[in-house]
Amino acid sequence: MMKKYFDANYKDLPLGGLIEEAGNAENYETGTWGTFKPVFNAELCIQCMFCWVYCPDSSILVNEKGEVTGIDYVHCKGCEICSVECPTKPEKAIIMVKKET
Amino acid sequence: MPELLALTGNEAVAHAMRQINPDVVAVYPITPQTSMMQKFADFKADGLVDCELVLVESEHSAMSATVGSQAAGARSMTATAACGLALMWEILGIASAYRLPIVMPVVNRDLSGPINIQGDHSDTMGARDCGWIHLFSENAQEAYENTIQAIRIAEHHNVLTPAMVCLDGFIISHGVENVTIYDDAAVQKFIGEYNPAYMLLDAAKPMTLGALDFSDFYFEHKVKQLDGINASPQIILDVGKEFKQTFDGEECYDFFELYQMEDAEYAVVSMGSTAATARMVVDELRDKGIKAGALKLRVYRPFPSAEIAQALSKLKGLIVMDRAIAYGGMGGPVNIDIRCAMYGINTTPMTLNYIYGLGGKPIEPEHILSAFDELLYAVKTGKPKRAIGYLNLKEDYDPATV
Repeated sequence: MMKKYFDANYKDLPLGGLIEEAGNAENYETGTWGTFKPVFNAELCIQCMFCWVYCPDSSILVNEKGEVTGIDYVHCKGCEICSVECPTKPEKAIIMVKKET
Repeated sequence: MPELLALTGNEAVAHAMRQINPDVVAVYPITPQTSMMQKFADFKADGLVDCELVLVESEHSAMSATVGSQAAGARSMTATAACGLALMWEILGIASAYRLPIVMPVVNRDLSGPINIQGDHSDTMGARDCGWIHLFSENAQEAYENTIQAIRIAEHHNVLTPAMVCLDGFIISHGVENVTIYDDAAVQKFIGEYNPAYMLLDAAKPMTLGALDFSDFYFEHKVKQLDGINASPQIILDVGKEFKQTFDGEECYDFFELYQMEDAEYAVVSMGSTAATARMVVDELRDKGIKAGALKLRVYRPFPSAEIAQALSKLKGLIVMDRAIAYGGMGGPVNIDIRCAMYGINTTPMTLNYIYGLGGKPIEPEHILSAFDELLYAVKTGKPKRAIGYLNLKEDYDPATV
């Protein structure tokens, strides 16, 4: 459901459950879903961009120079794909850490 | 100019579809619907319609294709019967939830098993709560006219609810009758251009249809869906009135048709082709001095509860005819609806429910007469011999022997 309808009553909803705006996934906060979260270590990162390619939620933050700078925790669901794909050895530049409850 | 033609019910509906000339028609054969789409395919081959004919691999696909093309912004139709409708069931609810005004003729046939291809109402009764409008037809003329009206009703922007036009398998679908086919241009003017409320092919206004909807809003969406079918009764009456005026029609354009009901003490409620048999029986009873009447139900969904209760409230006794069994329920589905509608009014007539005609079992005047005999006895003694009867069954069903 689009963010602008979060406080809406049933009468205000679009017909037939339509989503009337394109590119609205950004408005849906999915960052609370996961049990684990990825933690990025810039010192180990070799900027191979594998994590950015594989992330299914576009949650890898990249600066203007095209460098990975961190994780978008508002949308990251904690799927762990970035950490699995990270090729740096012996330590990964992205590791999974259990969230504090 | 209107033309009087000798047509089967299926051919008459195919003529309605020819005149509607939808943008997309999905086709899958199933007895007794097959000859309808066969006739429509003839029209397409002869160049009389310019629609896109989609040959699909099942009824599930037929309704899916229809939903897809209607959502894209095209006026779309399909037709089915029996087990085909059952296979569509999942997509029926999707069509109504997305408020897609699809019109679908359904040739009523029993469901398997045992396998049988004859007519009864078991198929559409299974789909009665899917959010569709259900219009029942007594003959080929009504099936033709209901199909045309259904387009206007479903597409009305206050309604935007899919509609099925029901006609009895074989009795109407394959029986040949005189049918008045109205002037093509007049029908097309009556229907008008399709003006979709939304369309997915509108590149200037991209949107998503069918997104995941969790517990925070699913319930709200389902309640909002009620708006369409709740707005439909008035539109059904308005469209019927306009149709009658435009074409000088002589069929039923109301929720139901009353026959000899002004002073009636006993009455029979039926749907579909049996209504004509019921009227014959009423005439016979009137000749004997019994004040009988008949109510033919045309609009089954939305169910006209208040109007039905008013029409039947003065009776002493009532027969409800059901061409389907609601297994584990109270008799048949129409009986359940009628009894609910009558609940709470001051004078509830003695009501008996009769199941009949399953799997094409003949229903003749003598069967309905026997039901009236039982009703008269029940009213006189205050004790019905049986609350639910089975007409033309080899030996009566006895619940006590279970």
